[in-house]
Amino acid sequence: MATLDSLGGGSGSLAPQLRRRHRRNRGMTYLLTLLMAGIGALLIWILSYVAIKGVKAINWGFITDTPPGNPDAAGGGFYNGIIGTFEIVGIATLIALPLGIGCAVYLNQYATGRIAGVLRLVTDVMLGIPTIVTGAFVYALWVVEFGFSGFAGALALALVMVPLIVRATEEMLRLVPGDLKEASLALGVTQSRTIVSVLLPTARAGIITGVMLAVARAMGETAPLLLTALGNDLFVETNPGQRMSTLSLQIFGSATGGFVNAQNRAWAGALLLIAIVLTLTIMARLIARKSAVRR
Amino acid sequence: MTPQERLTVLDVPSESSTAQNGASAESPAPVADHTRSGAARRMDVIDLNAGFGSRTIIANINLKVEPKTVTALIGPSGCGKSTLLRCLNAMHSTAKGAFANGEILLDGVDINAKGVDPVLVRRRVGMVFQRPNPFPTMSIYDNVAAGLRLTSGNRHGRHYFDEVVERALRQADLWAEVKDRLHNMGGALSGGQQQRLCIARTLAVEPEVILMDEPCSALDPISTAKIEESIHALREQYTIVIVTHNMQQAARVSQTTAFMTILEAGQPGSLVETGPTSSIFDAPTNEVTGDYVSGRFG
Repeated sequence: MATLDSLGGGSGSLAPQLRRRHRRNRGMTYLLTLLMAGIGALLIWILSYVAIKGVKAINWGFITDTPPGNPDAAGGGFYNGIIGTFEIVGIATLIALPLGIGCAVYLNQYATGRIAGVLRLVTDVMLGIPTIVTGAFVYALWVVEFGFSGFAGALALALVMVPLIVRATEEMLRLVPGDLKEASLALGVTQSRTIVSVLLPTARAGIITGVMLAVARAMGETAPLLLTALGNDLFVETNPGQRMSTLSLQIFGSATGGFVNAQNRAWAGALLLIAIVLTLTIMARLIARKSAVRR
Repeated sequence: MTPQERLTVLDVPSESSTAQNGASAESPAPVADHTRSGAARRMDVIDLNAGFGSRTIIANINLKVEPKTVTALIGPSGCGKSTLLRCLNAMHSTAKGAFANGEILLDGVDINAKGVDPVLVRRRVGMVFQRPNPFPTMSIYDNVAAGLRLTSGNRHGRHYFDEVVERALRQADLWAEVKDRLHNMGGALSGGQQQRLCIARTLAVEPEVILMDEPCSALDPISTAKIEESIHALREQYTIVIVTHNMQQAARVSQTTAFMTILEAGQPGSLVETGPTSSIFDAPTNEVTGDYVSGRFG
């Protein structure tokens, strides 16, 4: 039938070309599926490996005790590191969140021309700075003067988080349609009130996701903390004015010590860190979904 | 023909004595002093030039907008109707590189004068946009209340807001459709309902002048008819300026029509003729207007 021929169903002159195209289409689909499966498998492998290794040393004591004085001894836990991680990352978030969101709002709403260009360049450069350098920077400016402390660690982590938050927030603000801003201004609402009550709420879901990514990143950072918070496995330290341990520091210290029991604790710490980050990410997703914009 | 001569004397009865040149000094109602009277006001545009950077979009615009009338701005695409409209509530100047010279008088007070806050101008001169743009994070109720909440805070009681929201939704002819789901999201409504929601949102702050920028161009005929009905009712209370591409719509809803066009390629848009809608459509004095409204051009 002529009509079928023209659709490529018959033996018309177009058919071989179309068949080739179909084959290529199928081939690419298989390839992409395979790649995705490969990445998924890799992720599952890493997670399950950490889980299998880590679950051996995880027990109630792991989250209520400090590491044993003798690193070769079994038992003990990372209680002080858990406290340290939450405290230091918490303080870092408190510092980085207003700075990052403020900077993004300024970039998106107020900055023009050269100032905007320079500011964007600065955030890009900050994103690219190796975090050990950030640690060295805080060491030189803060630690030399005031000594090692959890707060110094928080400063270093805040420097890591700020450019991530700026980038994510600005990207999300850019996605807010301009006519929402105009609608608000046309009601006689000031620009600042428009930003707070219309633009930021509309971009909220994306901003939360971006901030959570920054928090997760900060939780895993080790290098900047080596030069700032230093670590403290002797007792539970809750005062951020003193040197503190974090999960990431304890994982690093225990894994590189060469004692089997310490290495087991490092695996358990890694598992716990992954679990904390995963929980926070899922929580953030739920919050983001709840406040997501429905159009 | 000078711009002044182009101004046709309008036969619409004017409430206030013509507040015009020089009236700003002894004007009884300075713009910065916002009384929520909701009374319709007149607007006068005198020798307005506006554009962006070195590009002039509209030149030598002179227009009288009478209170309690609907004034339609018609003309081909790109002739600067929207720019003129956005000058009337100082929205034009929020864009990057925008300029506007000349006087725009709201009851005799130049809204571009020093010391006049554009934010306060916009509380008195509301605007409805081409595309429905309800706030997506807010419920229907919150959308309507947004203007009041964001400008005057929450100092009014709940009861007050309930009243305002119901009144505004009734005026926009949306109340019957949404009264049982006021706390659903505004974005879940249909396009026509969203646009009426936006009209209600504008009405809730009780402006004195309402600007509409092709409010029906994204809507189906039934939604359009509903909005036109609302416009008819609103005229009792408000001064309305509407930009439209639809000449039947201009004929249906407006009492005064202003025709704008670009007379020569590369030139800024200008206002060719203003007059009672019936005479603009039936007996235009300008040949270009006649060509446009009869469909020979544009």
